[in-house]
Amino acid sequence: MSLLKNKMGNAATAGDATDSMLNPMPDPILDPMPDPMLNPISDPMLGHALTHFRQSVHAWSEAAASRPRKAVRVSVHRSWRLATGWALGCVLAAGSLASGIYEHHHRQVVARLAAQAEAAREQQLAAQRARESDEDLLATVDSDVSRAVPAAMEPLAQLMDGDDNQ
Amino acid sequence: MAAGTAVKPMTAETADEIAAQEFVRVVEAHRPQIFRFLLASTRDMDLSETLTQECFLKAHRNWRHFRGDSSAMTWLMRIAINLQKDHWRNRRMQFWRHARTNAVDLDEASEWLPSGERTVEQQMLARERVKQVWKAVEGLSERQRTVFLLRYVEEQELSEIAQATGLSEGTVKAHLSRAVGKVRTELGGKR
Repeated sequence: MSLLKNKMGNAATAGDATDSMLNPMPDPILDPMPDPMLNPISDPMLGHALTHFRQSVHAWSEAAASRPRKAVRVSVHRSWRLATGWALGCVLAAGSLASGIYEHHHRQVVARLAAQAEAAREQQLAAQRARESDEDLLATVDSDVSRAVPAAMEPLAQLMDGDDNQ
Repeated sequence: MAAGTAVKPMTAETADEIAAQEFVRVVEAHRPQIFRFLLASTRDMDLSETLTQECFLKAHRNWRHFRGDSSAMTWLMRIAINLQKDHWRNRRMQFWRHARTNAVDLDEASEWLPSGERTVEQQMLARERVKQVWKAVEGLSERQRTVFLLRYVEEQELSEIAQATGLSEGTVKAHLSRAVGKVRTELGGKR
């Protein structure tokens, strides 16, 4: 009820003319149209209702225009922005640090694997080299042994060939 | 040779200054009407203030292009109507925000009455009538509501309404007739 009184008080101080409400004279704004549907003067109740409506809207508008505004604390938004900026900065810093560490670790692993592969290859080569040297030695021994057959045995060998032919 | 006074050509800075002063006068003169129209259209004080600000911001940006074919009020009202249309169109797209509207209800809107009524009965009757008109206005189409408010709240002529809405006078009359008919029906009168 107090709210209503207050509102009505504001409306009264708004200076809107209220004569038409006290004195139901035709409103000039409602007069000029000849169309009975558009001319509410032909219906006094409608005319009064529209007059009240107009005055009500005017009063409300004036009261709304002069109402006290809420002060918004900008610092809240600023602190939020600051916090958001810091959070984003921290995330970026942590991300770049993590990516650096990961890259370093990745390189170490790759280098270790490469070293292992190289060692295995060298080991394989060494084994191959050792095997080849054994084979060479055996071949040398074989050739030496074959050369050591006495020449005196040659004619006998030829005879044996002749027997086989006969 | 006649010794006449030399007329100095107006500099760009001077022209800008004059235009700015003119615009300030236009804002001071028409801001209440624009705000009132938007308030009646939306029943939302914060939204009305925002749209009014946007309206004058847009007008300021285009002030150089205003040729004066219509009155400044009509031009501003046209901008306000377009802003309001854009707002409702965007609102329809963002359907999940419907619940967050700050529009006051009909009871609160109809509590605002000039204190011209002498008796409590007259006050109650006036409030009831205003509420019924609000109810009828709520049921009008967007165009009918705009035309109705421009006519019966802003007290504009049909030609001005036609210019502000971009409709012909005949169309304005037709919308107005339908709107008044609905208000009459809501008030319980004959149709």
